[in-house]
Amino acid sequence: MTIYGVALLALAFILGQWVGVLLGDWLGIQANVGGVGFAMIFLMLGKEWLVQKNQMSPEMTGGIAFWSKMYIPVVIAMAASLNVKSAVSSGSLALIAGIIPVLAGFLIFPWIMQKFHPRHHG
Amino acid sequence: MDKLVGLIEKNGLIFGFVVIGFVFIIGDILSKTVFRSKIPGSAVSIFLGLVLGYLGGFWTDGEKGISDLSLFAGVGILGGSMFRDFTIVATALGANLELIRKAGWLGLVSLLIGIILFFILGVSIAFAWGIRDAASLCTIGAGACTYIVGPITGAAVGASSEVIALSIAIGVVKTIAVTIFTPIAAKKIGLFSPESAMAFGGIMGTSSGVAAGLAATDPKLVPYGAVTATFYTGVGCLLCPSLFYLILTFFF
Repeated sequence: MTIYGVALLALAFILGQWVGVLLGDWLGIQANVGGVGFAMIFLMLGKEWLVQKNQMSPEMTGGIAFWSKMYIPVVIAMAASLNVKSAVSSGSLALIAGIIPVLAGFLIFPWIMQKFHPRHHG
Repeated sequence: MDKLVGLIEKNGLIFGFVVIGFVFIIGDILSKTVFRSKIPGSAVSIFLGLVLGYLGGFWTDGEKGISDLSLFAGVGILGGSMFRDFTIVATALGANLELIRKAGWLGLVSLLIGIILFFILGVSIAFAWGIRDAASLCTIGAGACTYIVGPITGAAVGASSEVIALSIAIGVVKTIAVTIFTPIAAKKIGLFSPESAMAFGGIMGTSSGVAAGLAATDPKLVPYGAVTATFYTGVGCLLCPSLFYLILTFFF
């Protein structure tokens, strides 16, 4: 059943966000710490468990796959609902402080991969 | 016509699907004709989304891009944090748990380096602009992390509302910059494997920008980038108003 897949995804989502909020509370900050990450891990564990029990039907997988394919359209909708105008027009400090660190991030990225990636450690 | 407008306003989310489908068609056509498939259709479409966001702000003076027009309110629902997070989680379906476990420490290292790098550069640039008080510097440095870390830090350290607004703008510029530059730079910086995507998510942090940039680069990488990027805002909110602010107060 397709709904089983959607329900599994939704359950993992709620549980993950809950862990994220609890962790934020526990750390004393008003933020959700890694809720999406925990939810992803719950979904993978749940899927793994069902696959081992032979309970993961293609239809059920389809219920999750649909939402994962909707990801890019959602990102387009998100881009269209950002405050782009204020970001572009709030002066040079906003543009420079927004862009320069990103360029630095791109520059430092190959170095981090070389330094910390296990494959390059020999 | 009035009836149609009323119907659309009543069923905003549904009309949002139509709008985004339409944007995607245009993005795809532009990708094939103007860019000869060198830039993927999804990347062009995301860029078109940003243009719509700009136009929305231009027409309405609002804060939520095109979705401030009542006709397009549904685009805001579709692009809101609920659907964004729900669909990101769904991408985990194609991810390999074992790979994530193996590259976990690489993700952690890049997460810390990323937050420190963005914070220091944000503070330095604000300093170069003549800002000298610790609360403002800290808020701008936090804004250079993400547009959520900025205002949360600003509120915690008591920054002025202008500075908080500025920190949000910086964070949004960052998201846009990561979205646009990622597909362009991906090949040059060696961003092609799940491990590299995890490190990339850790360094860049903005989960919307990372996921959008990776989606335009190679959709298979999205869950790996997202799984580390999602911790960035939380860790940033943890470090910026506390440890980083404390360090700044030693100097200012």
